[in-house]
Amino acid sequence: MASLITCPHCGTRPKEEFSIRGAAAPKRPSPTAKDEAWHVYVYVRDNPKGRYQEYWHHVAGCRRFLVVERDNLTHEVFGVTDAAEFERAGADE
Amino acid sequence: MRYSAYSIFKEALSGNRMWKPAWREPQPKPHYDVIIVGGGGHGLATAYYLAKEFGITNVAVLEKGYLGSGNVGRNTTIIRSNYLLEGNNPFYEFSLKLWEGLERDFNYNAMVSQRGMLNLFHSDGQRDAYARRGNGMRIHGIDAELLDREQVRRKAPYLNFDHARFPIMGALYQKRAGTVRHDAVAWGYGRGADARGVDLIQHCEVTGIRRENGLVTGVETTKGFIGCNKLALAAAGNTTTVGRMADLELPIESHVLQAFVSEGLKPVVDHVITYGAGHFYISQSDKGGLVFGAEIDFYSSYAQRGNLATVEHTMEEGVSLIPGLSRAKVLRSWGGVMDMSMDGSPIIDRTPIDNLYLNCGWCYGGFKATPASGFCFAHLIAKNETHHVTRFMRLDRFERGYTIDEAGRGPQPNLH
Repeated sequence: MASLITCPHCGTRPKEEFSIRGAAAPKRPSPTAKDEAWHVYVYVRDNPKGRYQEYWHHVAGCRRFLVVERDNLTHEVFGVTDAAEFERAGADE
Repeated sequence: MRYSAYSIFKEALSGNRMWKPAWREPQPKPHYDVIIVGGGGHGLATAYYLAKEFGITNVAVLEKGYLGSGNVGRNTTIIRSNYLLEGNNPFYEFSLKLWEGLERDFNYNAMVSQRGMLNLFHSDGQRDAYARRGNGMRIHGIDAELLDREQVRRKAPYLNFDHARFPIMGALYQKRAGTVRHDAVAWGYGRGADARGVDLIQHCEVTGIRRENGLVTGVETTKGFIGCNKLALAAAGNTTTVGRMADLELPIESHVLQAFVSEGLKPVVDHVITYGAGHFYISQSDKGGLVFGAEIDFYSSYAQRGNLATVEHTMEEGVSLIPGLSRAKVLRSWGGVMDMSMDGSPIIDRTPIDNLYLNCGWCYGGFKATPASGFCFAHLIAKNETHHVTRFMRLDRFERGYTIDEAGRGPQPNLH
């Protein structure tokens, strides 16, 4: 049930320590991007069933933003990365 | 067969052998004028009003489970129209008016009970916000009253008035709000639609949407291909999954919301009560169970079951509001998948595909909207024109900057 989250900085912690920001997949457009690109970033969501990447904020721990990758049907957690690392990995692609 | 006191009497005398199933179980025809995807409250209501109000009866409702197996049977059964914004409240008031005449209209006992709703407030600021909302309602001709602490105490003496942190200062009261037996809504609409010739096809999952020259020609299903002139989606939490089959880009995230019912108790909670210090709402069913719920689980979910942390939070809120609740036992809890929109308000609109219509984004307020949603969606499908009260509920409102953000929380679906 995604009740335990293994924070890369703090170890395995209960879900209640986190607050959830939302989908991690949308990529922020450049400040000069067209309105259409901003509309897609702000409002349109893929909302996939299954594997899902989501920003979780470890509010009652290290206060880092994390990306939790899990299955939103079975709630199996596949991995947790620091959001900065997630962004860097995305930039390398 | 028309249900009445006379029919009950007559059937009782003949050993109740003459009752017929409330609807047929037809096999799909090769082609329909309109196919509705989703046999929940909104889909069935749409089919009912299409047939009854707009004379379109060559209609199929496709449901992947059984009728009413989704959110129409999973909510906390509350009806109300206490909204603030112009984009919302005429619509919800239209819905409440339809509720008021519904049972006579579809000849089915849905146990509509206008027992009144108390939205409690706990601070001066919250009182002012509720007064503003109440005035907004009254401007639109909707009943609203601001009650002080003693008036609330007379209605609900068991509440925790002297809570150290969140004392109850009063409530916004809508007398015409109440509860409805939710399963009966699905059954009543289903039966009414079926009697007018609509085919209700259960255990038939849509797996693809076939298009030619930019128009929908039909749907692939687990029971084969079914053609249609117009396709209407009312798939709630699965809207994205179905919409993707037609390449729709949607402002929707799916989240799970839990609900709870206690063991049957003697009558104690006479109204619908919401806790202004949290997000907790409670009423008592006619069987005696206390029906209550709180917030969604906050993370994306397609599972019809929730997290224990949310269960604990809900119970804490409940006991904080009604200390006596700690002595009641929870009988059952369950979850439903909500189509959370990016501004907390629904969408009833056309799509970029001319003969594809969309009804979604109900967040967790869809039950009370069922009659008006069905009526307005049927209006849109039949006439290809938006009904007056849904003119703000457009799919392109996000792009245009005309969101309907009742809670003022911005594009953050898990906070609506």
